[in-house]
Amino acid sequence: MTRDEAFLQFLLRMGDNTLILGHRVSEWCGHAPVLEEDIALANTALDLIGQTQMWLGLAGEVQGEGKSADDLAFLRDVWDFRNVLLVEVPNGDFGRTLMRQFLFDAWHSIMLGRLLKSSDERVAAIAEKASKEVAYHLERSGDTVVGLGDGTEESHKRMQEALDYLWPYVGEMFASDEVDAEMVAAGIAPDPTGLREEYDALVGKVLGEATLTIPDSRFAHKGGRDGRMHTEHLGHLLTEMQWLQRAYPGATW
Amino acid sequence: MKNEWPLWEIFIRGQHGMSHRHVGSLHAPDAEMAIKNARDVYTRRNEGVSIWVVEARHISATAPGDKGPLFEPSESKVYRHPTFFDIPEEVGAM
Repeated sequence: MTRDEAFLQFLLRMGDNTLILGHRVSEWCGHAPVLEEDIALANTALDLIGQTQMWLGLAGEVQGEGKSADDLAFLRDVWDFRNVLLVEVPNGDFGRTLMRQFLFDAWHSIMLGRLLKSSDERVAAIAEKASKEVAYHLERSGDTVVGLGDGTEESHKRMQEALDYLWPYVGEMFASDEVDAEMVAAGIAPDPTGLREEYDALVGKVLGEATLTIPDSRFAHKGGRDGRMHTEHLGHLLTEMQWLQRAYPGATW
Repeated sequence: MKNEWPLWEIFIRGQHGMSHRHVGSLHAPDAEMAIKNARDVYTRRNEGVSIWVVEARHISATAPGDKGPLFEPSESKVYRHPTFFDIPEEVGAM
């Protein structure tokens, strides 16, 4: 694998994470339990989709086949996506959506913090812009997880169920392969495995405040970030997200 | 009503040097979330540099029925406006 091939894979992983999670969060638009949360979730989704434009825009540049961020977002099929499985699982209830958001935001903020020092200045510039948005996402999702976890009996039960369901999807964010090794060698991105300790400390603190119990198991579902095997949910999501470009190729505003 | 979050009044400072202005209200469980909600609801289009939130029940207001004794007496006292002075142009906006 050449450096550029590895770099492309890394950029697709970053951009597909934000694209797929952004789409999932946008599914709440008009459906959140209260107006304020509805607007906040839509803002988060828009931030993530904005970040996607930057990551996939750069991916298209590195790929050198003249593809735009839109081409990569709307004209690839399931097996070409490189997002972790965590971001493609269905929203479930509001609690599960916010738990997923928190588990992702915590990883995202730590990752972007490292990317600020990337040897590639384009990567560092994207991280600079995105990290301010993500700092807010983390603050908001963390507070909501604490509020609901340490809330009523019903909300606590739902948040514990959400954590139990989502925890097996956490490990994949810290997997390392030859793409990561190449990125480390180039000084472009950190080894994901090395982020785990900081993540566990951060997540442990918030979930402790939320009176929630982290499951013992370190079992991790895998197959998203290397594209080997996505869940059955991603295809359904793409059907909806890509429908317009598939039915009316090249349609524009 | 027991399940409703309290109502908060939101004040935003548009730019440094200006005063905070009331922009609307929203619901939130506590002051911290009220600030976050205000950020998401009222500053999406780059409107602010500072946010104040006040729980609506802490605001004391005049009663509409009292407007006669409260406000009408000042209607006939034009001499309280500084309109009888010639203001030099170089003073600028007052």
